[in-house]
Parts: sequence; structure tokens; C-alpha cells
Amino acid sequence: MQLITVAGSPSVGKTSVILRVAELLRQEGRKVGVAKFDALSTSDDKLYAQKDIPVAVGLAGSLCPDHYFVSNIEDCLAWGARQALDVLISESAGLCNRCSPHIDGVLAVCVVDALAGVHTPKKIGPMLRLADVVVITKGDIVSQVEREVFAFHVRLANPGARALFCNGITGQGATDIVRHLRAAETTESLDGSRLRFSMPAAVCPYCVGETCIGETHQRGNVKKMRFVDLETPR
Amino acid sequence: MKALELGKQPLTTVLEQHPMVADFVTALGFSAPDEHISLSQWLAELPDEALFDAGMERGQILDHLQRLVAEVQLMADRHAERIDSVTLIGGRDKSGRAENLELTFRAGEIVCIVGPTGSGKSRLLGDIECLAQGDTPTGRRVLINGTEPDDDRRYAPDRKLVAQLSQNMNFVVDLSVRELIAMHAHCRLVSAPEQMADTVIACANALTGEKFSADVSVTQLSGGQTRALMIADAALLSASPVVLIDEIENAGVDRRQALELLTRGEKIVLISTHDPLLALRGSRRLVIRNGGIAEVIETSERERQNLRHIERIDATLMDIRERLRGGQRIEEDIAWPN
Repeated sequence: MQLITVAGSPSVGKTSVILRVAELLRQEGRKVGVAKFDALSTSDDKLYAQKDIPVAVGLAGSLCPDHYFVSNIEDCLAWGARQALDVLISESAGLCNRCSPHIDGVLAVCVVDALAGVHTPKKIGPMLRLADVVVITKGDIVSQVEREVFAFHVRLANPGARALFCNGITGQGATDIVRHLRAAETTESLDGSRLRFSMPAAVCPYCVGETCIGETHQRGNVKKMRFVDLETPR
Repeated sequence: MKALELGKQPLTTVLEQHPMVADFVTALGFSAPDEHISLSQWLAELPDEALFDAGMERGQILDHLQRLVAEVQLMADRHAERIDSVTLIGGRDKSGRAENLELTFRAGEIVCIVGPTGSGKSRLLGDIECLAQGDTPTGRRVLINGTEPDDDRRYAPDRKLVAQLSQNMNFVVDLSVRELIAMHAHCRLVSAPEQMADTVIACANALTGEKFSADVSVTQLSGGQTRALMIADAALLSASPVVLIDEIENAGVDRRQALELLTRGEKIVLISTHDPLLALRGSRRLVIRNGGIAEVIETSERERQNLRHIERIDATLMDIRERLRGGQRIEEDIAWPN
């Protein structure tokens, strides 16, 4: 089974792109399933179900979505095997631009949205920088100028990656994506595989339910802002 | 140059010689020291915590910078590349009937695409855009300068063959006209981006009846001003040798000048339009039916004469428009050209 990780900020159009891609892969006779990771709730599973695409849903709830992802991806792979899938696509949202579900040896796709503004590629972390394929959505509604500037910034943020435009509504560009997905390696097991970059650290009382504000509650991995006006000149 | 060699170079030299690397280092949130140390040394001395926050490991950063330098070099090299012709080899329509044609479009040529909504115009434009190689539903193939394009050509997004201008495109970024166009010029590795921006803006202003300042925000431009700026930018700054236009609304854009500007820039212009001023200006028009090119009509001499007549009528209308804009009455007997 081929595993492909697809990540992108909320509402960039990951589901639309995956639906288009899955449809094309199916036309080639491949059985495609989706592991959908979300934070609080999702109704995208219905969209997949409508197209008869097997879907497993995981809601991270109070946990960091990417930590949740990494603790569950092996089980998703096992699920995919039980469904006799040829291709399993994991879909997860990079909520803080810092996370990245990308795994060494597993084809990594990052979806970015041209509407988000020309500077956005600079602000996205490992999710974009360490992806193999970058899919740019909503390029059809911004100007050619912005499209070119955006694509250029994507190229600077991840030189060497394939960056492709895709219109999630019409499916224009999906054929190109499929061509790249075919190159995905076969993943039979993830035991011992490594993430391309460590998950964000978050170990402090607030991670486990503290709500009270104040110095006494700030223990563990705490980082403080620097204020220039408080610093003594050297 | 190998990653190791880049790593051995003094940090200050690397940052000076490669502004894109300097930009990236800044984007990661690092400020480079002024000391005489090598890039690798600097990376080795960065605290682990800083790297963790930045979201990349040392090796990944070095590898990334190396690829960045190579990529920018590639972009600069490809700059000189010239496209003289695009050839479309026919596929089949929706019923599977063969198109049986081979069309070559040359730099400076205007080709119109006509046909009702849903007939397959977008599919045709899409085939050209993705440089189809018999791998799209139509089975069409596209050649560049008479030969099959390589994969690099097909998949580099910022050197797409085709620039698109359509009516549902808008500027969305919160920047002034000058800032955005200068940024585009910067991306195109133009040596004097600010100057280039001024040229593009002056050009756009020549295309539109309503002049705009370089300091106005791009989102505040009117429909006509937006289109004029997009056309001037496509003609002078876009990397793409082919421009696909999905209608140019007649509001506030001098369509004839716009097309002249594009073809003077040696672009191949494909317009999907039923506007007589545009459709008859092209050297030929492709008639799309049932997903296929059903006919290719060369513009006849008689049609060119009619075009000149239509242009005179249009000029009269434009004149009335200008006077309305100026707050005047239109009460005289209008002298329609014969």
C-alpha cells in the first residue's frame, strides 16, 4: 500500500484536492482510502463517503493534533490494510504552521492557499519546507501577478519541491498531482520510521488543563517574550 | 557547488552574494552575526533551542540553503530561454471524434477561441496550460519550439508557459500598486525592480480611462484599472510566453492598445471572447464545439474591413463615455461613422 501524507492549514482546500485526486486514482483502478485527522469536529467524512471512498476519522479533541496524528498513523495504516487499499491518504491540518506530519520515506504533500497572501509561504514551517510536493489552491481567483509571486515564494521556501497549482472546484491541475503521487513508495509498516522534523514541544501545566493565569502556574517548558525596553544596553 | 563547499564559505560572503539566502535566514528568525565564521560554523554554534523553534535541523538548513542557491541560479539561467512557437496537436472531442489538426501559434500572434459556454474552451486552455502530452481527457499534445517539453518545463510553477487573465481574478493582497509590481519584478530577478514597476504602472495608465496612482492599494482599483494593470504586468513582467485571456470587459480598458502591448512583448495571445473588436483582431479563430476544435477560421479581408468600421463605432461610443465621465450632456445628433 502506498501512504501519502497531506497537510495544510484549515480551509485551504485539502479535502477538495484529495477528492479530485482520489477520483483520478480510482479511474486507474486503484483503491483509495482516507484517514482524516481533525481537531474538534469534521463533516468531511460525509464528502468522502458520498464518493464511496473509505474514510477513518480521528478527532484530536484536547490534544495537539499532530501529536495525535503520530500516535495513530500506524493504526490507520493497519486499517488501510484491512480495507485492502492500494493508496492511503492521510489528511491533517497544520494548525500552528509549526507542525508537520511528514515522515521519512513517505510521500509528503503540503497544500497552501494562494488567497492567504504572498508572504504566507515564508511563515509556514516544516509542513511546507520539508514537503515533497506543494499544491497551491485557489489560484484561479487571485491575479496572475500574485500567483507568480506566491509560486516564487513557495519555491524559495522549499527549493527543489514540485509545486503545482490545483483548482479544487474544477479539478484543473489534479492530473499533475496524480502523476507525482504515483511515485510514492510502498509503506507496509511505520514501526521505527522517523518524522522529518520533531513535533512542537508543549509540556507545561496548561497542556494538562490548567486555566489559571499567573507566574506560579508557569512550570515546565515555559518561554517568555523579550521586551526591548526592559533589556539593559550592552 | 556542493553543500559542504557552501558550508565552508564565510557566512558574511554567503549572505552578501545570495540575497535569497539572507531572506530565508531572516524568515527563520535568525540574525546573522558580523563575525568571520563559516556558514557551517555558524550553524554549529546556533543553540538547539533556536533551531527547534525555527523548525529545521542543522543538516536540513544547510541542505535547504544549498538547494536554494541552485534554484535561484536555475531561475537566472532559464531567463534567457526563448519561446518562438507553441504547437497544438489535435486529440478528440467529447464523442471521441478525432480533431485531425496541427496548429502552430507564433510569438506576437493573437488567436481567438469562440464557442458557447460549456463547449470546451476552458479544456483547450487547460491543455495548453499543462502542456498536455496525450494525458488529458482530450488526448491533445502540445509542443514548444517544435519539440516535446521536458518534465522540468511542465512542472515549474513560476515559469508556467501560460499566464492567465480572467474576469473572476482579483487582487487580494494588501499592498500598494508599486509595492506589488516591484515585488513581482523582484521575483523575476529584474535588476531595477522599482523602475520596472514605474514602467508597468505608466503602461497600465495608458490603457485605462481612469488613471490611478502608484500608491493606491491594489484592492481599491476599479474593474477597468485592475484589468489594465494585469495586462500591463502580463506584457512586461510575466515569465509566461503565452497569455490566455478570458474576455476583457469593455469598461475602461482600451482593448486595441492592450492587445498591441501584449503582442509587442512577443507574447502568444489566446483570447476566449465574442467581442467583435477582439475576435476579429486575431489572425484566426478556433471554433469549439462538443469539446473539440470543430473549425479554424482565418480572418478574411472583408472581416478586417468590418473590424475597422466597428472600431470607428467603438471610438464614437468611447468618446461619449469620456464625455459622460466629464459630466457633459449628450444631446447632439450623434455622427455614427459609415
